[in-house]
Amino acid sequence: MTNDVLRLTMHEAADLLREGKVSSVELTQATFERIRAVNEQVNAFITESEETALAQAARADKMIAGGNENPLTGVPAAIKDAIVTKGVRTTAGSRILEPFVPVYDANVMTLLNEAGFVMIGKTNMDEFAMGSSGENSAFGPTHNPWALDRVPGGSSAGSAAAVACGMAYWALGSDTGGSVRQPGALSGVVGLKPTYGRVSRYGLIAFGSSLDQIGTLTRSVRDAATVLQAIAGHDQRDSTSVPIEVPDYNATIGEGVKGLRVGVPREYFVEGMDSEVREAVEKAVAQLEGLGAEIDTDVSLPSTGHALSVYYIIAPSEASANLARYDGVKYGFSYREGGSMWADMEGTRQYGFGEEVKRRIMIGTYALSTGYYDAYYLKAQKVRTLIRREFDAAFEKHDVLVAPVTPTAAFKIGEKIDDPLQMYLNDVCTIPVNIAGLPGISVPCGFATADDGARLPIGLQVIAKPFDEATMLRVAHAYEQSTTWHEEFPPL
Amino acid sequence: MSLTPDEVRHIALLARLGISEEDVERFSSQLSSILDYFEELKQVDTDGVPPTAYALDLHNVLRADETAPCTDHADVLANAPLQENGYFRVRAILEE
Repeated sequence: MTNDVLRLTMHEAADLLREGKVSSVELTQATFERIRAVNEQVNAFITESEETALAQAARADKMIAGGNENPLTGVPAAIKDAIVTKGVRTTAGSRILEPFVPVYDANVMTLLNEAGFVMIGKTNMDEFAMGSSGENSAFGPTHNPWALDRVPGGSSAGSAAAVACGMAYWALGSDTGGSVRQPGALSGVVGLKPTYGRVSRYGLIAFGSSLDQIGTLTRSVRDAATVLQAIAGHDQRDSTSVPIEVPDYNATIGEGVKGLRVGVPREYFVEGMDSEVREAVEKAVAQLEGLGAEIDTDVSLPSTGHALSVYYIIAPSEASANLARYDGVKYGFSYREGGSMWADMEGTRQYGFGEEVKRRIMIGTYALSTGYYDAYYLKAQKVRTLIRREFDAAFEKHDVLVAPVTPTAAFKIGEKIDDPLQMYLNDVCTIPVNIAGLPGISVPCGFATADDGARLPIGLQVIAKPFDEATMLRVAHAYEQSTTWHEEFPPL
Repeated sequence: MSLTPDEVRHIALLARLGISEEDVERFSSQLSSILDYFEELKQVDTDGVPPTAYALDLHNVLRADETAPCTDHADVLANAPLQENGYFRVRAILEE
């Protein structure tokens, strides 16, 4: 089998399976051959699960032979290591969970297993999803398949990189401040973050519980719609998953953008933005206009500039509470040389957590501590209200908003690791969407050329009203299908 | 806004985070610059603005109170670093 089959979208692979032109076992074997050939350079996986994948593939082949398949059946996929998988080690990219083997499945895993999917493995990530580059992993950084000396984006770094270079047809990620859309943009794949409450968080290792949402990394917008369809819906075990109907996304995805009102908020074209990124996004806006959308560039969301502060108070505050559970008693790494209960617990956390996680626990603990709560946490929650209100007002006049995903294309590994604030600024265009709980998608919209000649992907972000993923997908699909960016494949 | 090394040690204690002297130094400078950045929020007028804890307008989620199987005892302990007689084993909490 040639590598060509590994470049297909999930739907294209599913068509071949259904037509009997290839088997799931063959696709799975080809995927693992690809992993053996390139993963040493990319480091997209923390745990590979070849044996169970081949068993799942054999089962999928039977489902297909019996006519019981759907587009997910038998197509190899990867899961971010923040999502618990029964019997398959789940680390969240952290030393503190290095030995952890979950005893239950996340809700999304139950749904995907019923659909007959094949899990290739668990993907590398910034520890506890805290990072924008994939560098904060206890298992080493992930490399961008387009330029191996650069970051693939984060925190769903391995998921994006694997999908970009043929080591998985699609992957799940999670997005707390951009962790699906941003690596999607920097790695040249489609990254979809659903509305907060659309997909159950049961079994997603918690980071910032009011912001976290499971999302998808795929090679096409249609694939994103299909995977979202499979994982969306109410789950009693996550009380923030919303009991409303999930529309049939693929039924409306091809309806085009004629007459849709598209707003372009000016605050997203931030100071210091790379000119090639700006031009690519402006061209994409013109393309949408050519397709019949009504473009309004006179849109302002004035509180956008405060979103970064709001996020870096709220997310670490929630994280400091969520990560209190890692005490070395119930599961995971346990330090025993302390001589007392407290010293053991402090040692477990000192040697189990990486630097960025510690930094955020410290920020969050400070922001929630007596005397500072009102000035930081409560203030941030009030500004959060203002950010939401501005989006609400914008969506009275517009069906979707479009914007850049990142201010620059992929940067070099190591370039920003010593300057936390510079690193945080990568998320400036994605964070407001999480703060307001909105759905957002990143679609490939061009390439930047780096000083060293590297060709680096750029993403276009489409943002919609809460629970209106259908319109968002329509716009993203119409744009994608009128361009060829999504057909490009990294040189690796 | 500048955090002293003692403040950094105090926050680490609140978070039950062991911290090396090297970390104390690094964190006091890094956290100070992050807190400085947050100062910009003070310009925002939030008088009379209610806080948002999360983005959904969903309150008091109820479900039927029905019994269902819970996690198996052995599974709960499966990842325990130390266990004894079916319990998690911890160091003495109360000292003599």
